[in-house]
Amino acid sequence: MRTDVNKINEQSTHDELTEGLMIFAGATSKDFKTGEWRTNTPIFYPEKCKQCLLCAPVCPDSCIPVVNSKRDRFDYFHCKGCGICAVNCPFGAIEMVEGQVPMKKEVTNG
Amino acid sequence: MNGNSIEIRWHGRGGQGAKTAALLLADVCFKTGAYVQGFPEYGPERMGAPITAFNRISDKEIRVHSNIYNPDLVVVVDESLLGAVDVTSGLKENGAVIVNTDKDAASIAGKLNGYTGKVYTVDARKISVAALGKYFPNSPMLAAAVAVSGVMDKDQFINEMRSSYEHKFAKKPEVIEGNMKALTDTFAALEAYL
Amino acid sequence: MAKRDRMSGNEAVAYAIKQINPDVMPAFPITPSTEIPQMVSTFIANGEIDTEFIPVESEHSSMSAAIGSEAAGARTLTATSSCGLAFMWEELLVAASNRMPIALALVNRTLSGPININCDHSDSMGARDTGWIQIYAESNQEAYDNFIQAYPIAEDPRVHLPIMICQDGFITSHAVMNIELLEDKEVKDFVGTYQPEEFLLNPGKPMAVGPYSVSNYAMEARYNQEAAMEASKDVIIEVAKKYKELSGRGFELFEEYRTEDADYIMLIIGSAAGTAKQAVDDLRDKGIKAGVLKLRVFRPFPADEIAAALSNCKAVAIMDRTESYNGHGGPLASEVTAGLYRNKVMIDTMCYTYGLAGRDFTVDTVYGIFDELKDIVENGAEYKQHRYVGLRSK
Repeated sequence: MRTDVNKINEQSTHDELTEGLMIFAGATSKDFKTGEWRTNTPIFYPEKCKQCLLCAPVCPDSCIPVVNSKRDRFDYFHCKGCGICAVNCPFGAIEMVEGQVPMKKEVTNG
Repeated sequence: MNGNSIEIRWHGRGGQGAKTAALLLADVCFKTGAYVQGFPEYGPERMGAPITAFNRISDKEIRVHSNIYNPDLVVVVDESLLGAVDVTSGLKENGAVIVNTDKDAASIAGKLNGYTGKVYTVDARKISVAALGKYFPNSPMLAAAVAVSGVMDKDQFINEMRSSYEHKFAKKPEVIEGNMKALTDTFAALEAYL
Repeated sequence: MAKRDRMSGNEAVAYAIKQINPDVMPAFPITPSTEIPQMVSTFIANGEIDTEFIPVESEHSSMSAAIGSEAAGARTLTATSSCGLAFMWEELLVAASNRMPIALALVNRTLSGPININCDHSDSMGARDTGWIQIYAESNQEAYDNFIQAYPIAEDPRVHLPIMICQDGFITSHAVMNIELLEDKEVKDFVGTYQPEEFLLNPGKPMAVGPYSVSNYAMEARYNQEAAMEASKDVIIEVAKKYKELSGRGFELFEEYRTEDADYIMLIIGSAAGTAKQAVDDLRDKGIKAGVLKLRVFRPFPADEIAAALSNCKAVAIMDRTESYNGHGGPLASEVTAGLYRNKVMIDTMCYTYGLAGRDFTVDTVYGIFDELKDIVENGAEYKQHRYVGLRSK
């Protein structure tokens, strides 16, 4: 039987867990909204961006989608705010700010 | 042991084939329908060091897994062990010891820590060199063990050994006849004493 | 049709492996189990089986590779002894917690030190709490029979646990004895094809094995593992029944030899049980009501069943072929006495340590132990509860 990770949580009883805690499903990390762990948030300034794409590959959580050879808005559902993208941006197009407030703004804008 | 059972202890030196002889004896007795056990003294292989191997042959299932302390028969593959190892330790007085030597039984008897049972000697070197051109003591000593213990009929033994050798030496058929001669020569040499 | 043959314990297990033709065998050689991977490699080189043999650089790697290959969906085994098992330790627990039905042919040898290559049970007994099923053999025949039953037990959906098939190093592994072998087809049909429901190399059905588990999950997972171990008891018995239909040779969690009316019972594991049976026959001829309880399955531990089996005797000698260095007996002693107490079976118990690092265990040793049991019961003699036998002392 395939695993529905949304039905497993830290309150699940032993008989609700899978054998050996194996997960019989793929790409389940999408279902874990780790963005809520974020204490700092990257802000993207499209006007400064030259689309050099140095930021996308260094993101450990694949939160910078590349669409048609251009970087898109941050995936704030999964971005943990590590700041690696901001350090790597040669053009100051990514700025780290404290807190996770911009999430809603970026998401609604994006 | 009970019933028709025999326990044999082999004394040799690492590399002389005493273990192989014990395993061969188990093999050939198995073919008569007997229950068999053949095993070496458990330890690291060290060329030239005294080693012991054991056989239990029985018409009943064998369950005991210990070494043999009161054998019916002791086979000494290397005469030089007589001073170093108490080969007749625990050997039954109505049993026998076979020693590979060019001396006769009477002159060996005095070197056996007072053992008063039957003593047989086999000149495995002479037999092996005559039959094979080289010194391999285990074939003569195997034949001697069978001859003295009577665990199986001589003709059956010879036949079974021929088929074992034909299998074992499939790629060296030239040594089969020599080994067979070593077996029959040993029987012939012992015949007068049995 | 059974085939009568003669072979050593190592040959017997290698032969069983050949008949099963498992998918993958990662192994690293160590005395006295070296012959098993050696023989399997020969079968592979001769084209007799198509098992993938992985030569690794250590036992830590052999067990790691075994976990990987089993997770990938391949029926996997390895073989080892002594320090090899110790070096696998970490991975043994991972194999069990990942619920991988790997088979391990263990040829029992003492753990160093002092360094020694001979038999005792310190290796497998040390690994007794790693979550592996452990089944022990008295003879080469039983090593063969147990190995053929290994996968049907381990792969049962109620179990999904790794299984250790143990035999005594040199004592059975290197002793040539009579054996009855099954036909290849009989073994293949009995063991069946491995068809895991989920496995890593399954296109379109991705899965994750061994994810990190925070405290909220880990204890539940451990409980499930324990429950599977408990459930394996029934599976072991079911598989043994099926095996008896095939081979005529019956097995239980333990064998009771002349225990029905026995006043004195020796509880023992492995090849020494055969020696004990011979001694019991001799003692019975002298009118002493002696018996042997040969423990076959140590994990899961049949505590209640043992307590019931011992409930009518007057005294039991519990025989450990290992030392726990705890001042009151080995693992078998601790677990059996705990089982007796919980079941309120208040018989006299004596815990003996025997056969360490290849010390021989003879029928005379067994006579001596039964003498002591008799002395306790009949004369109220007092002995130290935890004693060594076969020890030289002043």
